[in-house]
Amino acid sequence: MLAIYRREMGAFFTSGVAYVFLAVFWLVSGIFFYNGVVGNATTDTSALFSSMFYIVMFLIPVLTMKLLSEEKKNRTDQGLLTAPISLWDIVLGKYFAALTLFIIAESVVFIYAFILNYLGDVVWTPLIGNYVAMIFLGAAFIAVGLFVSSLTESQMASAVVSLVLLFVIYLSEMLVSNFENGGKFKKAIYFVVSKLAFYSRYVEFTRGVFSLPSIVFFISAAFLFNFFTVKVLEKRRWS
Amino acid sequence: MIEVRNLTKMYGDKLAVNNISFKVEKGEILGFLGSNGAGKSTTMNMLTGYISSTSGAVLIDGTDILEDPKKAKANIGYLPEIPPLYVDMTVDAYLSFMYDLKKCKLPRKAHLKDVCNLCKIQDVRGRLIKNLSKGYRQRVGMAQALINNPPVLILDEPTVGLDPSQIIEIRSLIKKLGKRHTVILSSHILPEIQAVCDRIIIINRGEVAADGTADEIAKKITNEHKMTLRIEGPEHSADDKRIIAEAIRNISGVKYVRADMEREKGIYDYDVETDGKTDVRRDINKLCAEKGWNILMLQLSDLTLEDIFLKITMGENLESSASEKGGKSKKPRIEIKRSENGKIKAVQEDDDKEDDGDGDSIVSDDSEDNNGGEE
Repeated sequence: MLAIYRREMGAFFTSGVAYVFLAVFWLVSGIFFYNGVVGNATTDTSALFSSMFYIVMFLIPVLTMKLLSEEKKNRTDQGLLTAPISLWDIVLGKYFAALTLFIIAESVVFIYAFILNYLGDVVWTPLIGNYVAMIFLGAAFIAVGLFVSSLTESQMASAVVSLVLLFVIYLSEMLVSNFENGGKFKKAIYFVVSKLAFYSRYVEFTRGVFSLPSIVFFISAAFLFNFFTVKVLEKRRWS
Repeated sequence: MIEVRNLTKMYGDKLAVNNISFKVEKGEILGFLGSNGAGKSTTMNMLTGYISSTSGAVLIDGTDILEDPKKAKANIGYLPEIPPLYVDMTVDAYLSFMYDLKKCKLPRKAHLKDVCNLCKIQDVRGRLIKNLSKGYRQRVGMAQALINNPPVLILDEPTVGLDPSQIIEIRSLIKKLGKRHTVILSSHILPEIQAVCDRIIIINRGEVAADGTADEIAKKITNEHKMTLRIEGPEHSADDKRIIAEAIRNISGVKYVRADMEREKGIYDYDVETDGKTDVRRDINKLCAEKGWNILMLQLSDLTLEDIFLKITMGENLESSASEKGGKSKKPRIEIKRSENGKIKAVQEDDDKEDDGDGDSIVSDDSEDNNGGEE
């Protein structure tokens, strides 16, 4: 797992994906920070984090699009799958490499906190809470992206499909929002969807509520999609 | 070392590999031969655990590849048809990655150096793989397979894309490796298989069509002997052809005679096939002496690996067309073309005995190793 993790980290930087990802992430979050926090003359970073949700959603597919699709296309998966390692090693090695890069990108908020420190008193509790929440959100999203990447040989298809999938996960709640007051059936749908929705769980954190069930939820989602990815690789072997 | 039992692979309802069984002993070099799509790569992918089998088992050193894949795979070095190279890495970084991936315990620096020396890639170690030529990539793929000194090496077309001198190098490398490792290699190039392998398995349509050394396979397929004769008749006409062919046909032990092309003016070649028990050369010589015909050439042609291969892989098509022609012989006929100006193509196993035979003697030698001569 460590070998794959190291190779994947190296590949992020040699292929330039890491630079694009970090540059865009930091640029857009910088704009949000300037407009939402400095511009509004507040030291509350909650607004910044609720905007960051969109950056994460748009940029994670870039991070995960080639992780497995390129291996399949270049037939390098033959090297991995015939090595004396398990499928979990392969999937988790790649998963944690992407997660590490995401955490590096996300940690930029501490620079913002440092800047805020000079402008006023930093409200640390929501900042730390949000930071942790966003990492768990990213962890779940990366697992989704990795799963989509395992399904196709094309990076482009992988990026687009995972973007759409993340978007659906995000939108699902809004689509059924008027079901809340409907009949029993509609209510049941609303109940299920809102329980599975990523956004409302995430938004809780931006309001400064640290919720353990939500953390568990994101970890479970990450595990579940990694499990699916392993199953996809296994199925390919058996087909 | 490697045991394959009733291995079968279905892709959907297409049968790719059908009930293959064989064993490879330690230190043996086994050649896999088969036309495109015969199931060579599929078999190799199953041996290495890249894909699973529909039924049957692969045992590497007694370990089932599907039951304990980690342990079994640790014993295998695999070079797939397309080397699994990460083109954005340098050769060194890539080999180091494979070293980690295979959890190699040997001293890293020395081991990687050894492997690079073996595959002759020392001078490109610092270069990005995407800038390497096909031949170098192939050798990096080879180096990758050798990491951790696996007792079993599985090489899918290892010499593709190499230039002739590199091919010779790789072949001698494989021979050398065969002393310490068990090697399975596949190839389209028949002389290569013949030069390198101790044993050959010919796969046709997903089944083992032949198994053994080239000689053994040749013997199994046919016990007939073929020869080509060039006889000059008295009249230099098509009548000669008919009479001569008829006369040879009447010699006991001759199974089949076919008048071939007109090689020189009025002189024809005759393909003669015997039952393999009687040596008819003296009888033919006697016959010609009696009739006043001149034997200008007599060439024995036993089956080469190429003939065997064609016979097996194209057998069905040829068989049907041969039986349409007159049904004299059910065996498919493979012609071996040779140039007209007397240079005879060597056709026997020890082809260094290539014989130009420009002396006057008419060959009537007992030795089967003699390729014949020409007057």
